[in-house]
Amino acid sequence: MTDLTKMKIAEARDLMKAGELSSRELTEAHIAAVDAADSLNAYIVKTPEIALANADAADKKIKAGNQKGMTGIPVGIKDLFATKGVHTQACSHILDGFKPEYESTVTQNLWNDGAVMLGKLNMDEFAMGSSNETSYYGPVKNPWRATGSNNDFVPGGSSGGSVASVSGYAAMGATASDTGGSIRQPASFTGTFGMKPTYGRCSRYGMVAFASSLDQAGTITRDVRDGAIMLEAMAGFDPKDSTSVDIAVPNFEAALTGDIRGMKIGIPQEYHLAGMPGEIEALWHQGIEWMKAAGAEVVDINLPHTKYALPAYYIIAPAEASSNLARYDGVKYGLRDAPNGGNLDDMYYTTRASGFGDEVKRRIMIGTYVLSAGYYDAYYLKAQKVRQLIADDFKRAFEKVDAILTPTAPSAAFAFGEKSDDPLAMYLNDVFTVPASLAGLPGSSVPAGLSADGLPLGLQVLANAWDEETVLKISGVIEQAAAFSATPSEWWR
Amino acid sequence: MSDYRIQGATGDWEVVIGLEIHAQVTSNAKLFSGASTEFGAEPNSQVSLVDAAMPGMLPTINGECVRQAVRTGLAIGAEINKYSVFDRKNYFYADLPQGYQISQFKHPIVGHGTVTVDLESGGTKEIGVERIHLEQDAGKSMHDQHPQYTYVDLNRSGVALMEIVSDPDMRSPEEAGAYVTKIRTILRYIGSCDGNMEQGSMRADVNVSVRRVGDPLGTRCEIKNVNSVRFVRQAVEIEARRQVDIIEDGGTIDQETRLFDPVKAETRSMRSKEEAHDYRYFPDPDLLPLEFDDAFIEAARDSLPELPDAKKARFMEALGLNDYNASVLVAEQVSAAYFETLVTAVAKATGKSEADVAVKASNWLTCDLFGALNKAGISITETPVSAEQGAGLLALIEDGTISGRIAKDVFEIMFETGKDAADIVEEKGLKQVSDTGAIDAIIDEIIAANPGQLAQYRAGKDKLIGFFVGQVMKATQGQANPGVVNKLLKPKLDG
Repeated sequence: MTDLTKMKIAEARDLMKAGELSSRELTEAHIAAVDAADSLNAYIVKTPEIALANADAADKKIKAGNQKGMTGIPVGIKDLFATKGVHTQACSHILDGFKPEYESTVTQNLWNDGAVMLGKLNMDEFAMGSSNETSYYGPVKNPWRATGSNNDFVPGGSSGGSVASVSGYAAMGATASDTGGSIRQPASFTGTFGMKPTYGRCSRYGMVAFASSLDQAGTITRDVRDGAIMLEAMAGFDPKDSTSVDIAVPNFEAALTGDIRGMKIGIPQEYHLAGMPGEIEALWHQGIEWMKAAGAEVVDINLPHTKYALPAYYIIAPAEASSNLARYDGVKYGLRDAPNGGNLDDMYYTTRASGFGDEVKRRIMIGTYVLSAGYYDAYYLKAQKVRQLIADDFKRAFEKVDAILTPTAPSAAFAFGEKSDDPLAMYLNDVFTVPASLAGLPGSSVPAGLSADGLPLGLQVLANAWDEETVLKISGVIEQAAAFSATPSEWWR
Repeated sequence: MSDYRIQGATGDWEVVIGLEIHAQVTSNAKLFSGASTEFGAEPNSQVSLVDAAMPGMLPTINGECVRQAVRTGLAIGAEINKYSVFDRKNYFYADLPQGYQISQFKHPIVGHGTVTVDLESGGTKEIGVERIHLEQDAGKSMHDQHPQYTYVDLNRSGVALMEIVSDPDMRSPEEAGAYVTKIRTILRYIGSCDGNMEQGSMRADVNVSVRRVGDPLGTRCEIKNVNSVRFVRQAVEIEARRQVDIIEDGGTIDQETRLFDPVKAETRSMRSKEEAHDYRYFPDPDLLPLEFDDAFIEAARDSLPELPDAKKARFMEALGLNDYNASVLVAEQVSAAYFETLVTAVAKATGKSEADVAVKASNWLTCDLFGALNKAGISITETPVSAEQGAGLLALIEDGTISGRIAKDVFEIMFETGKDAADIVEEKGLKQVSDTGAIDAIIDEIIAANPGQLAQYRAGKDKLIGFFVGQVMKATQGQANPGVVNKLLKPKLDG
């Protein structure tokens, strides 16, 4: 019998349309798979009752001839998307017990399409991290292991639960969010397809904020087509988010023509990092060859301000975070740790001291510092100027090329603890993903090969704002060319 | 130049005052959420998810609040900034759910403008307005509801405020009070704020410093949340005196935030400069810069009513009112409206021009009606005598039906009963007698009955004419038209 949990969204959709598969069957298989994947720690809350109710509603919808792209498809939801009446805590202790009275627009769009919710997914606390080691609910394990090894690896972050659930056959797709690389880097680490759309394409309403000018919802799926289907369901203008943009959502799946003949693909010379592993360079070179073979023209380009992207990001994102996280104060919801006889300030100190983890505290302190009187101009303002220069770099590049191809991350997945004591080493994971985030551009990570140790590696595709179709089209060509068929060993099942 | 001085032991001191007025914008919904703004609702009954700063909630701008801020800017002749930016002002407090207030820091919606204030001396003074920006109000902390806990009411959280920042142009408590009064008048005229200081929809932060005349500015103290014109004046006076005493005792003024206690008649330190917050302002990434076009501004301009200064000028130039009456009438839009209805109705009833009847109408309104309202302790909105009824009374005087003296009695009855003047005159038979035949007969009787006085008059005691007039009025119970009486009496007495 076919393992329904290894099916792609597109296949399941077509089978359900043909009446050969019910969402109920599909969902029951996935509920079992979610339980079987407990050791990955991808899910922090399971919602099988909701899933089954969703599935039955989806089956009715399909019978009535109202099937849409995501109808009846079981998905996992990153814990920072507000889900009405269901645990929504961004994997932070400080939001203990918080169940919102409202639904995020992105998840509401999925439910409107008829998608099935399997549960809430683990993540780095408030999406701050690149290894999913900062979650209050413990780290997520990467379903992939090195060849011949039983050692665990990180799944990347912050969308660690999203990638582990999809790569570990415990969801057909998962919502994720990307602030500086939180979709693309973990997708690269787990052999999944990660898609971050243009800033403003998906509503941020109901998404727990990390850095408002950077946060953008996106997808984790097992292939490019699934990403196109799922993103189309999630995206769209939302008057409840002032930064959401009123531009029609195209039929993303239709972009997957496989035809990139005559397109110009830029190779940014600044992404050749000194000391980068040879296998990453080799993979990138392989990607360039695939592009040429598919009839695209490959040109070297310059993005001269690339080296300033990471420092600028680690000023802007913490600055916004320090303000966004001020609302977690023990007054209204979540954790309250008020010492006996203490005053309001004491309540703030103890609540925030015990409620936030180390990485979150580090970023709140950095952010508070860079916004302080006397430092604002030297740090925050300068970082904003750098951000503009980086956006201008891309703008100039896209006058010459249709897309940009780079590695997604400078390495394959690493071991637990390997970088968690060294914030700078951890931050370097985002070196290739952060520039596009600062410029608000759409980007993907496509599984393209394996490291010498047998761990997945991804290639990043970037395109101009609102041109997700080009990202998807080129991603599809890489997927075809790479014919990435390796799978994890299912040790967790 | 104000000659107001604080007299110190070592000489005279000048006071310098700047005001930040927080005016709640009149709109049905809050600045960034759809929650209601009605005053006096049950605690926490008008709180949206945005106002309570629920995770993932986002602000969206309320266009009506923007329009009202633009109208306010236009009403004080200020520059309107078509591009402005909302910033976050970060600080922790229990009634500030987001942990920051959304305000405007570097790029306010309204730039420099000017307000002309009326002074008691009869003169005017121009006070600069540095800027007006939009911002959210905080909630309310209630410390007196429970021995251990503070309760928080978020109904006010997120309500739109205009912060109207003056230049440090005021030099006396009177000027400060007059400025607040004038701002309130303008806001009420254009309807961008109800100006109800006792309900907290308008309040002022008062910045006070003192200096020797001609010296540079002294160190200022900011007195927070002063909520009446009278308190503004008192706070300035008391704070200036405090500063003078300190300086003259050899001390220096610390820049700090203070509270005004009207009961103890003192200001108290709230927090010093060292304790002052570092607000870490930065542009709110949840909101795009606020931009609008000229058409939006012009539509706002077209929606403005005649403003108090223009109205006052018209009352004086076109209707001949004196400065005092014109000022009193335009101070409240409702008084001005009453006056204009009154004048139109009197002119219509008498067939005279508005300019011919306006002065008398303004005198009657400012003396008789305002006097009666004052005595009764009610405002003009509650007046028992409508403008149309007032016009009825004035028309009766104008056409000679009743005398000014009788009119006062009629008005008293109108004020008590709400009846029309004509009905009262009819009922009580108060019509002035101008019928020369009837008055002739009475005069003849009076002259016949007082031969002694007549003889004295004819012997040269002219003043006795007053005696005869009095007797005629008495005999007619005051209803004889005094003009007619005089005209008929003189030739008869002279023989």
